[in-house]
Amino acid sequence: MNNSFFERKYVILGVFIGLAILILVRLFYIQVLDDSYRLSADNNVLRKINIYPARGVILDRNGKILVQNEPVYDIMVTPREVKDLDTALLCQLLNIDLKGFETRMQKAKAHSSYRSSTFEKMVSSETYAQLQEHLYKFKGFYALNRTVRSYPDSIAAQFLGYIQEVNEKDIERSKGFYRSGDYIGASGVERSYEELLRGQRGVKNLMVDVLGRPKGSFMDGKYDTLAVSGDGLVSSLDRDLQILAEKLMKNKMGSVVAIEPATGEILTFVSSPGYNPNLMVGRERGNNYMKLLHDPTKPLFIRPIQASYPPGSVFKVVSALTAQQAGIITPQTIFNCPGGYRYGGGRGFMRCTHVDGPTDLIKSIQRSCNTYYGHVYARMIDSRGMPAPKAYELWREGLGKFGLGHTLGIDLPGEKGGMVPSADFYTKRYGNEKWGSSFNISLSIGQGELGITPLQMANLMAIVANRGFYYRPHLIKGIGERQIIKEEYTEKMWAGVDEKHYEPVIEGMSRAVSSGTAAGSKIKDIEMCGKTGTVQNPHGENHAVFFAFAPRHDPKIAIAVFVENAGYGGTWAAPIASMLVEQHLKDTITLPKYIQDRIYNANLLPKTAPKPTPQEAKVSTTASNSEDRGQASSTDHTSNLLVHHSQIRRHHD
Amino acid sequence: MTRTRHSNFLGNLDWFTVCLWLILCLIGWFNIRAAVYDPENPALFNLSANDGKQALFIFTAIVLGFCILIIDQRFFISMTPFFYILVILLLIAVLGIGRSVGGNQAWIPLGTFRLQPSEFAKLGTCLLLAYYLNTQSNKMPNLQTLVIGACIVLLPFCLVLLQKDTGSALVFLSLVFVFYREGYVGTNLLIIAGLAILFFVLALLYNQWILILILALITTLLFFLLGKKKKYIMSLLLFFVASSVYILSVDYIFNNILKPHQRGRIDVVLGKLDDPRDLGYQLTQSKIAIGSGQLFGKGYLQGTQTKYNFVPEQSTDFIICTVGEEWGFVGTAVLILLYLTLLIRIVNIAERQKTVFARTYAYGVASILFFHFFINIGMTIGFVPVIGIPLPFISYGGSSLWSFTILLFLLLRFDSARKGLSPY
Repeated sequence: MNNSFFERKYVILGVFIGLAILILVRLFYIQVLDDSYRLSADNNVLRKINIYPARGVILDRNGKILVQNEPVYDIMVTPREVKDLDTALLCQLLNIDLKGFETRMQKAKAHSSYRSSTFEKMVSSETYAQLQEHLYKFKGFYALNRTVRSYPDSIAAQFLGYIQEVNEKDIERSKGFYRSGDYIGASGVERSYEELLRGQRGVKNLMVDVLGRPKGSFMDGKYDTLAVSGDGLVSSLDRDLQILAEKLMKNKMGSVVAIEPATGEILTFVSSPGYNPNLMVGRERGNNYMKLLHDPTKPLFIRPIQASYPPGSVFKVVSALTAQQAGIITPQTIFNCPGGYRYGGGRGFMRCTHVDGPTDLIKSIQRSCNTYYGHVYARMIDSRGMPAPKAYELWREGLGKFGLGHTLGIDLPGEKGGMVPSADFYTKRYGNEKWGSSFNISLSIGQGELGITPLQMANLMAIVANRGFYYRPHLIKGIGERQIIKEEYTEKMWAGVDEKHYEPVIEGMSRAVSSGTAAGSKIKDIEMCGKTGTVQNPHGENHAVFFAFAPRHDPKIAIAVFVENAGYGGTWAAPIASMLVEQHLKDTITLPKYIQDRIYNANLLPKTAPKPTPQEAKVSTTASNSEDRGQASSTDHTSNLLVHHSQIRRHHD
Repeated sequence: MTRTRHSNFLGNLDWFTVCLWLILCLIGWFNIRAAVYDPENPALFNLSANDGKQALFIFTAIVLGFCILIIDQRFFISMTPFFYILVILLLIAVLGIGRSVGGNQAWIPLGTFRLQPSEFAKLGTCLLLAYYLNTQSNKMPNLQTLVIGACIVLLPFCLVLLQKDTGSALVFLSLVFVFYREGYVGTNLLIIAGLAILFFVLALLYNQWILILILALITTLLFFLLGKKKKYIMSLLLFFVASSVYILSVDYIFNNILKPHQRGRIDVVLGKLDDPRDLGYQLTQSKIAIGSGQLFGKGYLQGTQTKYNFVPEQSTDFIICTVGEEWGFVGTAVLILLYLTLLIRIVNIAERQKTVFARTYAYGVASILFFHFFINIGMTIGFVPVIGIPLPFISYGGSSLWSFTILLFLLLRFDSARKGLSPY
């Protein structure tokens, strides 16, 4: 036997052992030294599934639903798994065309052909019901359930607001709370209560197999977190009253704000023209939003808190109260009304709509006497034993206590504070401090530079109804299960005028309704105290205003109605307020049917493209230091102001 | 020639190797079970699933092994030429009637099972080579014997290559160890083979002209180091010219002779192609599975890569992934040491044989097992291109388990008979 090469055994063994060691070293490296493979394995198998919490539901004061969540379905696709697709059927079911299908597929493929991406967002449950029957045929497609907001009665759009997908800024600001694709409240209550409504997102760690099919929870759910639903909110709104108010304000431009005086809770909050809040949800949201944004009637503008008008007649109520508190007048103080107030050494004349002769406080309110308040304002500014600017500041301070000239702190974003110019404003305008009441006498009757929002006006009524105090008006009266109310809405705000001074004013307002300009709108068995008003509109037809509270004793509702470009407060604003008050107090409407129909059917929207809104107009009037401005107001200053009372139109010399 | 001691054959049996064999088979079964384990359907024994089938294969393999041990070794030796002819015929047949599985036309359907003739061709070739070299054992190693021996190996090699089963074909080339051990090829050849592989890899990775330049420098350096003797000039020059021609031809071989998927696999190993989704997917997932096992593994049936089928072919060619993921480095190291022990044992068995036949056969067995072992594990950790060959005794598959069992047990049968007289 030939065995002369036996020593080669060692070479062969050497090769075997050497290569085995090489493998061992390599295995030691990738298994023990290199940790990255562990991570890759987890990445392979782990899918973090976000569990979206249900957003809080918003109810009205009687527990009726204003906003709820409705299921929608995102149709997802994993391009690699798509096989034998009946494209035509899918397109038909989803109501898209072939081109749309291809763009969506391209997009999904560009994202990843192994991972799923959204094919079609927010498919309604109706569409999904049809699709579901065929879904098994569409390999690679599946549906992801999520919820969207739904508004059963399509009301209170500007109050409720809307939600939208977060943008980069939101994500940054939230320090990573939001992720791309999340929704955030963008306006209204949705925005101001976002942190309560949104709830807490949950995460589920799923293990998936190589095809991405779920295979159970990771580590028995050790790292999973549950989604916590958002807090529910109870709104102070009365759904039925809101529906009625929106119906009444249909085809009209303006606001209705009704407040429960005892609590500051807002019962009705209408900004007209409004929009259907359901338009801001779903697949057509983007288009709808652009349409609303470019609508000349500005439905996205929240008039009750953002529109600012000269207050007009309501201001006499404030003047009467502050003047009594300051001791300038008593209920017995009488001024003679010769049909107007002459001032500035006889150069200026502010006309009344009537010639009433001797007028006391009650009558002045009942008849809305300009002359009376010309005198009151003159005393207030000129005869207090101090320089006019100082007296003016005192007076202004009083107005502030009534909630004028600053925001009231309603729980909605975007509230404006109206306008009460400071003494400095006039000092600057007139060049020195030697100005007096005759320089801005129009303020006495709530005209000129003053601006007031419908909310402030309704709040004024609440103060009068409460005889001296108010709670900050608010829209949410209970948060979460425990019905918590924000502390700032439980704080009693004193308006700075003693209770005893209110009676004469209220008497005047009561008479104004029972035998005055709003007589046609008085309600049987209810003593309503209110006034009509007309707000000058330099751009067209005057704005009709009515403000009131009722009943006189133990008031339940304070209301302000603005109808822009309507002209007559008694014709348009008063009946609307009357119907709402009666509905709220008695649950019926006794106003004659023909008046109701007239209101329902009227279309008072501007025919042509509208002029700038009052708010914008106001912006230009408050540009205090401009030369133009000075000129314009000096024109005001010397002109005869013919104010209000529904019958009379504005007229210039 | 007397009757050999049938009664005593179990006493002469190398029980150590039998134990190693059984342990490897059982390791295989447990890991196949893990690889096909479905957490939602954890039936213990299911004959339609791979783990159930493998249990059946192991059982039949044990029976097969026992049969081999009780049959007279001279029967096998005398049957060797016929067996070789049979497998060659099967290899030809498979080209005609074979069923294509995974791109390789290598299977003959036999009822519910499929037979893979190339597995048995290794056995037949190994036997005939030993048989032939045994007949030449009274001469000094010569070229004629080498050529005929090489032909015995290259015939099945070519036939398997024609089946497009490159991996199995390459296994035949491992028999070069047998020629080496018997003195038919020298150490030079091993070095040249090593250099050929090295240059091939380098030529693919780097610019070939730069390589030639470096080669020229090394040649010159060697010339001076060796003392400028004339007798080295010719061989150094030959080395340089041959290497340069080889390096220049690598591109041609690579682009024109190799198939695209082979080029891709080589590119992946060399890191030239980083495509975890496509060609590199299997390798990436395999490395993730093994690497994520870390030192002690994730625990039996706890491997997520394994359970959720991230690694294709996991119960067959990539079974080491299961070991690596669920048993960690401890598991893989134990497995490799078991293999190494088996290989060393076989070499020792080889060296104690009294016949050239038994010795060369034993080396053949060692070479084939080693090649499978190294290439299989090497490919899962990115050492060598992905070549689909099973890990002996561990990977799922009847043909492979049976043919390796026969391969090993024939050796044990010859070994147990060594104390008897020469088989001839």
